[in-house]
Amino acid sequence: MENGSLPMFWDFEFTFEVMPSLLGGLWVTVQLTLIGYLIALTLGLLIAIVRRVPILGSVVHFVMEFIRTTPLIIQVVFVFFLLPASLAIPLLGDVPITAFTVGVVVLGIHYAAYTAEVYRSGIEGVAKGQWEAARALSLPTSRTWGAIVLPQAIRKVIPALGNYLISMFKDTPLLFAIGVAELLTRAQRIGSESFRMMEAITLVGVLFLLVSIPSAIVIRRLEKRYVAV
Amino acid sequence: MSPSDTPENTTAPGGGNSGEAPAEGPLIVFDQVVKRFGDLTVLDHLDFSVAHGERVTLIGPSGSGKTTILRLLMTLEKVTEGHIWIDGEPFSHMPRGNGLVPAGETYLRMKRKRIGMVFQQFNLFPNMSVRKNIMEAPVHVLGVSKDEAAQKAEELLDLVGLGDKIDAHPTQLSGGQQQRVAIARALAMSPEILLLDEVTSALDPELVTGVLDVLREVAENTDITMLCVTHEMGFARDVSHRVLMFDQGRIAEEGHPDQIFGDPRQERTKSFLKSVLENGH
Amino acid sequence: MEFLQAQLPRYLDGAWITIQLTLGGAILAFVLAMLFGIMGTARFWILRAITTVYVEVFRGIAALVVMFWFVFAIPDMSGYELDPMFAAILALGLNVGAYGAEVVRAALNAVPRAQVEATIALNLSWFQRMRLVVLPQAWAQMLPTFGNLIIELMKATAVVYLVGILDLTAVAREVRTGTGETIAAFGIAFVLYYLIAQVLIFGMRLLERRANARLGRTPPSGGGLMNLLRPPSVGTRVGVAK
Repeated sequence: MENGSLPMFWDFEFTFEVMPSLLGGLWVTVQLTLIGYLIALTLGLLIAIVRRVPILGSVVHFVMEFIRTTPLIIQVVFVFFLLPASLAIPLLGDVPITAFTVGVVVLGIHYAAYTAEVYRSGIEGVAKGQWEAARALSLPTSRTWGAIVLPQAIRKVIPALGNYLISMFKDTPLLFAIGVAELLTRAQRIGSESFRMMEAITLVGVLFLLVSIPSAIVIRRLEKRYVAV
Repeated sequence: MSPSDTPENTTAPGGGNSGEAPAEGPLIVFDQVVKRFGDLTVLDHLDFSVAHGERVTLIGPSGSGKTTILRLLMTLEKVTEGHIWIDGEPFSHMPRGNGLVPAGETYLRMKRKRIGMVFQQFNLFPNMSVRKNIMEAPVHVLGVSKDEAAQKAEELLDLVGLGDKIDAHPTQLSGGQQQRVAIARALAMSPEILLLDEVTSALDPELVTGVLDVLREVAENTDITMLCVTHEMGFARDVSHRVLMFDQGRIAEEGHPDQIFGDPRQERTKSFLKSVLENGH
Repeated sequence: MEFLQAQLPRYLDGAWITIQLTLGGAILAFVLAMLFGIMGTARFWILRAITTVYVEVFRGIAALVVMFWFVFAIPDMSGYELDPMFAAILALGLNVGAYGAEVVRAALNAVPRAQVEATIALNLSWFQRMRLVVLPQAWAQMLPTFGNLIIELMKATAVVYLVGILDLTAVAREVRTGTGETIAAFGIAFVLYYLIAQVLIFGMRLLERRANARLGRTPPSGGGLMNLLRPPSVGTRVGVAK
């Protein structure tokens, strides 16, 4: 299967040639997803708790609604333009702000706006009697949240949170907009340099499916297990 | 009434020579019908027939297969073995070549026009008003004009005593009213056979009488053949020509209602009737 | 303020492109969702298999990647170039349609079996059953998720600036390049996106209320239109499902 006379035919040689670079891009994509997900999980939980504070909660709610109803890609581009190339942080000195850092943080914050809603529904789902029982035992607020409310709330929302992991993975190509060297960015560069766009972009699609379909199956399994409990 | 002399060909058993005076043969014939759900045998080589205009009540403990008989006739289930005949023609099956094959959807649509059913849970369509619930099938299935269907809907609602509820929404009606609408909806299709599946079981006790009164009226004023699964023994006694007592997928006893309720011969019938009375049905 | 006055027409042009993409994508997505969703409930396994393949492929690949494929790979392969606007609507519609098909399938399957049995007892055909009974009942259940999907679709349109379409995001970038005002240039776009989303949410809640009224369910808090501005206990509320 050489690069034959029919240019529209799939070029396998090219495929093998670019695969290492694309797999490297996939690895960047996976890193973006996992770090962004960690940010989304922790920040989302924090937001869900803060939302119960009277005035501050309403402000946070509005900001989150704003983040949820505007496109991720323009948020990423905006923050990328807004921040300087490096930031002076005490003790650490000048820390360079890379496209990767901006991408992963904005991705995490955007999805925190979603996970916060999920946590909130979980917290609201905890029976009122649980709060009352905690009060009857004179538990301090931190114990009430940490030992009573959150364990019950989080358990219920694990399946919903799992779905956002896949959603985030599928949204990482948007970081092409600021040139993060993830899968799509690399494929686009390779494709335009070699005039083999068809192979390059198709491979991106295939690699995405190879990751997202199995992980969707795993999440569905987990979902069933947690629903059964 | 014994259909035991069943021939194995495509002519209906018990119907005699086909083509001649079909009205005198039985309307419904169950011929060695078996229904299994997985390993569970619900009907076990069941034979029975129902005459034109006959009103038959099916009684028996739950799980004895009564409701399955109605569901088979409404083609909501398929027979596992055996055949069902209606008016001398195959119903559960259709003729193909010299034999019979399980009936296809087109064949069933043609055949089941004559049959109507009222469900335990009413099953009114929540996306339609009462009027629409009744008109929908006559207009779309029988091709009746909208005006005609609307007029019939009004008449039928008057019959069931709900003339003033024609524009109401099913959710605004009580269970008893919903069930009376469901009866009107079934009657709007002018069925020859009406299947009543525990139509009062889901109702509060004080609403039962209204529904049963409507059905008594239908029984008195029409010659619709009725198959009725019920625990309302008084109603069964008044309305039906014959009572079939089912147990474990077979007919344990059958006879005139006076005999079944007054002088049951089988031990199972006696104990069943006793338990029904004690439970206050 | 002067800045706003000078630049607003460009933003409105961009917003109009964003709205066109949203509506075009939504119409295509709706048609695909209905088609594949209904096929997903079919008795023949081959129809269900086709639905599964469509849903898994287009849910698994971001709309941006599909759009790049249409815009860059197709000319590479065939020498024929798709109009970017058409390619974008196709990519967005295929992507959101895949999510929608799952919603339709689930809603159709959630219509109680007893309702289907009642249609059999009345001898309705498959087509009549779908049109008169099953779809109208499933409709009310589909709408809240459709509401979320149309917001996601509207947000997803922002990727089109990467293939040279002058949408709201593209305008924001151009204005920033021209004026150097990052915050103002993007701020206006953010506000417009937010407003478009609010209008869409309001419209979807209106549809939901109508659908629920048809099923005899009335909102517990009563009738006023202003109630639609508050998130309902069930229904379109951005971010619950994606």
